[in-house]
Amino acid sequence: MSLYDIIFYLFAAITILSGFIVVTSKNIVYSAFSLLFTFFGVAGIYVLLGADFIAIVQILVYVGGILILLLFGVMLTNKITNVDIRTGTIHVLPGAVAVGVLMGLLLSAMVWTEWKTQPSETPVTTTVTLGRLLITDYILIFELLGILLLIALIGAASIARREQE
Amino acid sequence: MTSIPMEYYLVLSGFMFSVGIVGVLIRRNAIVVFMSIELMLNSANLTLVTFSSYLGNVTGQVFVFFVMTVAAAEAAVGLAIIIAIFRNKLTVDIDKINIFKW
Repeated sequence: MSLYDIIFYLFAAITILSGFIVVTSKNIVYSAFSLLFTFFGVAGIYVLLGADFIAIVQILVYVGGILILLLFGVMLTNKITNVDIRTGTIHVLPGAVAVGVLMGLLLSAMVWTEWKTQPSETPVTTTVTLGRLLITDYILIFELLGILLLIALIGAASIARREQE
Repeated sequence: MTSIPMEYYLVLSGFMFSVGIVGVLIRRNAIVVFMSIELMLNSANLTLVTFSSYLGNVTGQVFVFFVMTVAAAEAAVGLAIIIAIFRNKLTVDIDKINIFKW
């Protein structure tokens, strides 16, 4: 068992376990904080796969942005008088059956397919290649995504704004 | 990445996706449903990075960028909608937000 294996199993265990806690925890704040560990675990897997820049972006965007946004959402949607952070579950049995069937299909497709892999020589750093691709081949989508983000931010601000009486 | 077969990463992302679907199906709080959607998006990203890495082609990681951008936009708009709903109905329980139910 090499060092790669140990690191992979460690990060995979962190990701899966904290993902389970996100879904099963009765307290939303616990869910949000274990989502932090899930994001970190996925970032570690990215590093293991040689995607260094994506790993950093994962930590910046998900941990620094989306998770904080979610925590603010938790804060803003709890009644101040009646602190009701706990929530229940619905449809556990049919949900479990449906997910079991889907997971079986997904995993069997993933395991039994003959993937054409090649022992690729990963570049030492992917940042240069990624930047070149983004400003040459994918420049149009890149610009469109910038506009999309702008629209989404304006829309979010105008939806969440309290109307003035 | 040399010693671990690609299927391991794929199975990991499959598990993550299934956990996300479980969350969307069984939880009642809209914000936890949101977190589960983020889990599913992350597992899709993991699959893209895996294929990109094992094929030696960086283009897959460009797509991960796009997915992350759309996820950020979705998180901003979705949370704004959840907060607006909370302001009107004083709940984020998705069983109680059934005004469109026939």
